[in-house]
Amino acid sequence: MKSENNFGKWTPLDRGGLARRVAQDIPEGWYVNLGVGVPTQVADHVPQGREVVFHSENGILGLGPAPMADKIDRWLVNAGKQYVTLVRGGSFFHHADSFTMIRGRHLDLCVLGAFEVAQNGDLANWSTATPGAAPAVGGAMDLAVGAKRLWVVMDHTTKDGRPKLLRKCTYPLTAPACVSRVYTSLAVLDVVPEGFRVVEMVPGLSFNELQARTEAQLVQGDANGGK
Amino acid sequence: MIDKFVHSVADALEGIKDGATILVGGFGAVGQANHLIDGLIDRGLRDLTVVANNAGYGQIGLARLLQLRRVRKIICSFPRIAGSTSFEDLYRAGEIELEVVPQGTLAERLRAAGAGIPAFFTATAAGTDLAKGKETREINGRSYVLENALYGDVALVEAWRADRWGNLVYRESGRNFNPVMATAAALTIVQTQHLAELGEIDPETIVTPGIFVNRVVHIPYGDPML
Repeated sequence: MKSENNFGKWTPLDRGGLARRVAQDIPEGWYVNLGVGVPTQVADHVPQGREVVFHSENGILGLGPAPMADKIDRWLVNAGKQYVTLVRGGSFFHHADSFTMIRGRHLDLCVLGAFEVAQNGDLANWSTATPGAAPAVGGAMDLAVGAKRLWVVMDHTTKDGRPKLLRKCTYPLTAPACVSRVYTSLAVLDVVPEGFRVVEMVPGLSFNELQARTEAQLVQGDANGGK
Repeated sequence: MIDKFVHSVADALEGIKDGATILVGGFGAVGQANHLIDGLIDRGLRDLTVVANNAGYGQIGLARLLQLRRVRKIICSFPRIAGSTSFEDLYRAGEIELEVVPQGTLAERLRAAGAGIPAFFTATAAGTDLAKGKETREINGRSYVLENALYGDVALVEAWRADRWGNLVYRESGRNFNPVMATAAALTIVQTQHLAELGEIDPETIVTPGIFVNRVVHIPYGDPML
């Protein structure tokens, strides 16, 4: 998708591009939980030969890629209830052990999608508080408080163009002050005391153009690229 | 001779009463004791409180128990029935009570019940709507929520193999909540795909030791249904 406007031209990252961008930053040896949607795709983009161990809430370490249609094992699903595979060295365990890994700060990283992220790191990703709808939280609140790092991956704005990086979340919180980094379709941003620090933007996009699409306060990355 | 095997689902469920709290293992379509749940239906039980991660799958087992309005209250983390809106319909009609619990808090409340721990503090849900009305405490500068142990009258467990002492192993992601729930109920009932002779299961690999198990029924049905 090519965006044209009064300021210039750039291409937002699509879902695959976003997943690939996140995968670049995951170092060898990390234990990582991936949420449903784009975060799940991150596993497909870890460079060959780099060992990263993926965790699933329902008791799996060492998640592998989706199986071929004729190789499906009906006893092996991920937290999104999709069929998966197990890599060599993988293991199974029960739910209390699985959430000991999550809540006991044993996971190096969790990558989740979000409706909204506030500049203090507040996360809203479980409920849009629609009247009459049954609330459903799954493992989101445990992952948000338990992983050593929480990265969010999402579009920079909603489909109708409203900002998702806010001064204050409008939807019910998943957890306060838990997000450390956000990968959007337009930029990579770190949560710092002054707001979101811009680490990287898609080529052709200016800081002012990014700020125009962001309600939260942005701050320029440092000379070293903000990493 | 200790022999926890019973001959039928009806025998396995003997004594369960209306209004019971039933812990149901399973995650998605995997590892759920559907034949035992069907047995609850056949027994005519109603007014049940069900503790499970999801609200069932498709039109079978737990989903059917809910659709037949046998459940007064469900305690779960993700109350959806994949491929069906029947839970949402019941909820909107005010025909079922719902307690939403974060998945890790659900697992830990069950673990606590099994371990004789009446309540515990957790950071999960602190500062959110799900902590409303609950006691909170600052410990070392961080906010925590007090959560109570979650006991069952009955646990319905699906195992892969079982011996007559009730020693169990599970299959892959079919393990999920089953071993935790097995510890947390007054009466733990197992349906198993396969039988093992006593001593045949490697003691190093037994996941649920038989002390947590009361009754076992052999139901070799094959792979989980879609």
